[in-house]
Amino acid sequence: MYFPEELKYSKTHEWVRFEDETTAYIGITDYAQDQLGDLVYVNLPEEGEETAAGEPFADVESVKAVSDVISPVTGTIEEVHSDLADEPQMMNQAPYEAWFIKVRDISETEELMTREEYEKFIAEEA
Amino acid sequence: MKLVFERSAEGRGTRYLPECDVPERLPAAALREKPLRLPELPETEVDRHYTCLAGQTHGVNDGFYPLGSCTMKYNPQINEKMASLPGFVNIHPLQDKESMKGCREVTEKLEQLLCEITGMDAMTLQPAAGAHGEFTGLLVIKAYHRSRNDTGRTKIIVPDSAHGTNPASAAMAGFDVVSIPSDDHGCVDLDALREAAKEDTAGLMLTNPNTVGLFDPNILEITRIVHEAGGLCYYDGANLNAIMGIARPGDMGFDVVHVNLHKTFSTPHGGGGPGSGPSGCKSFLAPFLPGKDSPQSIGNVRSFGGNFLVEVKALAYILTLGREGIPEAARNAVLNANYMRVKLADIYPMAYDTICMHEFVMSLEKLKHETGVSALDVAKAMLDYGIHPPTMYFPLIVHEALMVEPTETETRETLDEAIRIYREIHEKAVKDPEGMHRLPLHTPVRRLDEVTAARNPVIRYDFDA
Repeated sequence: MYFPEELKYSKTHEWVRFEDETTAYIGITDYAQDQLGDLVYVNLPEEGEETAAGEPFADVESVKAVSDVISPVTGTIEEVHSDLADEPQMMNQAPYEAWFIKVRDISETEELMTREEYEKFIAEEA
Repeated sequence: MKLVFERSAEGRGTRYLPECDVPERLPAAALREKPLRLPELPETEVDRHYTCLAGQTHGVNDGFYPLGSCTMKYNPQINEKMASLPGFVNIHPLQDKESMKGCREVTEKLEQLLCEITGMDAMTLQPAAGAHGEFTGLLVIKAYHRSRNDTGRTKIIVPDSAHGTNPASAAMAGFDVVSIPSDDHGCVDLDALREAAKEDTAGLMLTNPNTVGLFDPNILEITRIVHEAGGLCYYDGANLNAIMGIARPGDMGFDVVHVNLHKTFSTPHGGGGPGSGPSGCKSFLAPFLPGKDSPQSIGNVRSFGGNFLVEVKALAYILTLGREGIPEAARNAVLNANYMRVKLADIYPMAYDTICMHEFVMSLEKLKHETGVSALDVAKAMLDYGIHPPTMYFPLIVHEALMVEPTETETRETLDEAIRIYREIHEKAVKDPEGMHRLPLHTPVRRLDEVTAARNPVIRYDFDA
């Protein structure tokens, strides 16, 4: 499993890529997609909606289960990666290119982990 | 096998209905432009079609069906016999009440017995399924708070191991869902509950035994915490089979329940169904129940008295088992589950390695890690042995979960055979993990491509394809 150095990770298995201090892309990690199995559906939010740190902003469905995707940040959704809806397999094949949303005006961020901390975290969880 | 449309030939249909001898009066806009493409088959072909379909399915009549949380017990023939008595079959809900006294006695008796088993004071038989019963119970909770002008109670607390229907029903009833984590034993985390239960709590939804098959030892404390916060407690009767006749939700502090006649009370699931999910409550909530002559009633949730013939079957079941048989069935369900659990625990790690109730959950995470063989592969392998697989990947809090509920109606020989098969499959998984991905080999269809089916569902028959 692969976890890029430049990303930050949440305990609920989302990754965050900060563009600057108040703008970031959010997706789900390689571990998350592996646990969920083949993803078949994603329910995305609308542009302009607010996200709240610790609250779900989307949900994904695999052949096994439906799971909430939790926002690690509070802010405004600037862009939604709507291609994911047509090609949910992107989340399995290239989880770090398959971003869900781009958030701007970030005012609050959950406690996030570095790559090293996240690898340790999932080793303990397994 | 051929589809029924592919067996069809023009002009070969049966003629059971007389020719229509009244003129059609529908306006042209309401008429169909092309006639319906109904299949046309003689009766022999229709019969063969359904017999062929039956041969391609697996029911409790075919073999072991330990589908966790579904309570696939045997459906006794005597229930069917009772439900086919002409006095029960040839009635109409609008006929004169005086002429339906026997049928009313059935429903009243069933309501009374279900109240006794659940520890409730009032019951409605209207809900047509378990989730429908949940929805009804939640509307009752909502109506209760509203009647007291306590309108700030907008949240329903649901543990993270709950059946998916619980949060879904709460959302349907207009509540927000608060999910609380389970503790290390798979039970409700009391601290998390204390934190969640407050002035906006409308209620808590819970199964007990819970979704991992354990009886929550803190149940009295759980219902007390919710009551002290001003909320009500909802009992999801999905797992009632483990405790019926022995412990009552009403005595545990629950205010509202639903029971699944098609699980606990031996009426068929699906095909021969339909389902039935009566909702019951304590007396202070009785005025809110549907189908009752009360200004505070939430109104009907279904026409008339629910699925009446299913109710006849459930009553037949309760009366044939009686006061001794009902708890004996529960005890045997628990005994059968523990028998299998103990005989499998050395090779299939249990998610919670302790005495269980009517079902147990295995985690195949280690097997998957070591061999690449998943819970799905093991489940598919069972099909080749004529066993219905257990519930897979549920509850969500256990990775690579297989959830086994043998029920009380299986013989020891059946359980021993199933145990032998589970062990044989484990041996195969270790020796030939690659081969496991190809199973099943002997079923009408082999491994289906569930991913493509979900991503590109084809759900319409195309006559021209």
